[in-house]
Amino acid sequence: MKTTVANWSNYPSKESELTYWRGESIDDTPWIARGMGRCYGDASLSDHILSTIKHNHILDFNPEIGEICCQSGITLNDLLEVFVHKGWFLPVTPGTKFITVGGALASDVHGKNHHVAGCFGDHVSHCSLILPNGQRIDCSPTKNSEIFHATRGGMGLTGMIDTVTFRLKKIESSYIKQRQIKAKNLGEVLELFNEYQSHTYSMAWIDCLKGGKNFGRSIMMMGEHAPLNELTDQQRKNPLCGKSGLNINMPINLPSFVLSNFSVRAFNFLYYNKNFKKEIENTIHYDPFFYPLDSILHWNRMYGKKGFVQYQFVLPLNSSEAGLRKVMNRIQQKGWGSFLTVLKLFGKQDSLISFPMEGYTLALDFPMTKGLFTFLDELDQLVLELGGRVYLSKDARMKAETFRKSYPNIQEFLSILKKINPNPSVQSDLAKRLSIIAS
Amino acid sequence: MNNSILIIGATSDVARSCAYIYAQKQYNLVLAGRTPDELQVLAKDITIRYDVSCSYFKVDLMDTSTHAEAINSLSEIPDITLCFAGYLGNHELAINDWQEAERIIQTNYSGVVSFINLIANHYEAQGQGSIAVLSSVAGERGRQSNYLYGSAKAGLTAYLSGLRNRLASRGVHVVSVIPGFIDTRMTEGLDLPKPLTASPQQVANAVFKAVKKKKNIIYVLWMWRFIMLIIKLIPESIFKRMKL
Repeated sequence: MKTTVANWSNYPSKESELTYWRGESIDDTPWIARGMGRCYGDASLSDHILSTIKHNHILDFNPEIGEICCQSGITLNDLLEVFVHKGWFLPVTPGTKFITVGGALASDVHGKNHHVAGCFGDHVSHCSLILPNGQRIDCSPTKNSEIFHATRGGMGLTGMIDTVTFRLKKIESSYIKQRQIKAKNLGEVLELFNEYQSHTYSMAWIDCLKGGKNFGRSIMMMGEHAPLNELTDQQRKNPLCGKSGLNINMPINLPSFVLSNFSVRAFNFLYYNKNFKKEIENTIHYDPFFYPLDSILHWNRMYGKKGFVQYQFVLPLNSSEAGLRKVMNRIQQKGWGSFLTVLKLFGKQDSLISFPMEGYTLALDFPMTKGLFTFLDELDQLVLELGGRVYLSKDARMKAETFRKSYPNIQEFLSILKKINPNPSVQSDLAKRLSIIAS
Repeated sequence: MNNSILIIGATSDVARSCAYIYAQKQYNLVLAGRTPDELQVLAKDITIRYDVSCSYFKVDLMDTSTHAEAINSLSEIPDITLCFAGYLGNHELAINDWQEAERIIQTNYSGVVSFINLIANHYEAQGQGSIAVLSSVAGERGRQSNYLYGSAKAGLTAYLSGLRNRLASRGVHVVSVIPGFIDTRMTEGLDLPKPLTASPQQVANAVFKAVKKKKNIIYVLWMWRFIMLIIKLIPESIFKRMKL
């Protein structure tokens, strides 16, 4: 039975055969694995999709060192619900907990602690993988390491991630000691990033529409896991409490005029000015700190039926400041701002095909409008000239040529894929679009 | 044994959801099913998630001669038994192939009856216990598209009502769970109407509540009670000509 499948940005969508995979052997139709469908594009779209979300058992846990082995379809949300109250937290988490562990590895996701902890894949000690030819192998940084590195950030193209083993990190409480500092402009926020590099978690919300002397005004947000002795009496009653607050649901697609240039400007004004003081320090639950948007289930519907595109790029450290100015200027000229724009400083990253590199990354949402892709092609050109690249998990429209020029180890990645996925029996629309496999 | 529960057909989607609910309430679990490999994975998963004890044993409902021994080998029989075993089968095939027809009848009816009989007798002897068994709306009236499965479930529904009648005065409670469509492995690939399809979690929650509140018959989604009422009220002279 064919169903219409689209990932989180509702663009693109596709008529696909979607079946649940629970660990059995895979027949030889071309397929791609899909978890929670939280990527922003076509990475997990194909004619035949194998959904892993019912392949979600926890297989083993070593409470001495916090090492967990689980099937790939389990979500970070499930893991948090099980392990936070036992005093363990995810080593790396992106801005949503509604993704699977398999997806986290295939996208090699990063979080607010990238500068100190690297990507998710840096914490994976090994994974069991079903190669496109059906053979099951164990791979790790030392065993079948070539395949392991191609699987990290390999967008599911090396095969089916069956199980993943990684280490959780010990926490004393489920609270985060948070610090927010307002920065008047881009220069100021970049200085703050430099100054506070030792903080475990950091990122900034940035107003990409504000021009003039407040160009790039931001709120820098930093956090540390709160130790027991820094909790309030109320918090100390249940220091490892799992849930905070209620979720609300966005029941319908909003009409697309809701997110206009005007409303985004108004939102940005309010968001920036909600912090009266220059600096705020408080201790909050991890949920609003890491996953502010998760509390609005289906927030993607805000962008209407046509969907949206997320654009996340990274620039090398030495060209970051000038580059950010160029790109943001271009966005302001166009007037297409996004209302939640996130800036973050990545640390060093050794990887084959993963997205991060040392430098600043900026993530923006754009509602789908006429001319958007031409505009993003222009931005691609800028990013490319600055030596940067675009995040595949957030991409729905990049050109193959741009991809090839911006990922330095692409040839090595392609030659590994050629060896293990020659036919190719694992294929996604992203892989075809970017000519990773022949279409 | 207090606070423990036996789940038959434990690897089904509904059973797993149910197991999670009971484990979350700190019940200890005993799982039974046909595939020990899957049971082992599930038992370990439950142990890690909820810090409860969870054991498992293999039982094939079609192999009725093994049931007594399987139950006797348990160190203690939990006071609650849930049965989620079921087999939809291939109706077209079963019309001409007795093996398939027999499998449908045995898995959904005689196999369950054999196993639940033993549990029921044990509960009757000790003067307490709860039994909840998953039947189906397919058993409310035979339809041409799945009357083999339907007739087995009809037998099961009748069996449960009789069993409830027999044990009501003995301190043993029996719940008939008669859900409509459920979004599970069994119905994968079928084009089910969304508003009439319950998720495994919905069914599991309903079962937990029904056992706790000693309900007799639950349909999970309220619409099904009315749908089945209407279907049962259609005169046979019209019904026989309908394509259902």
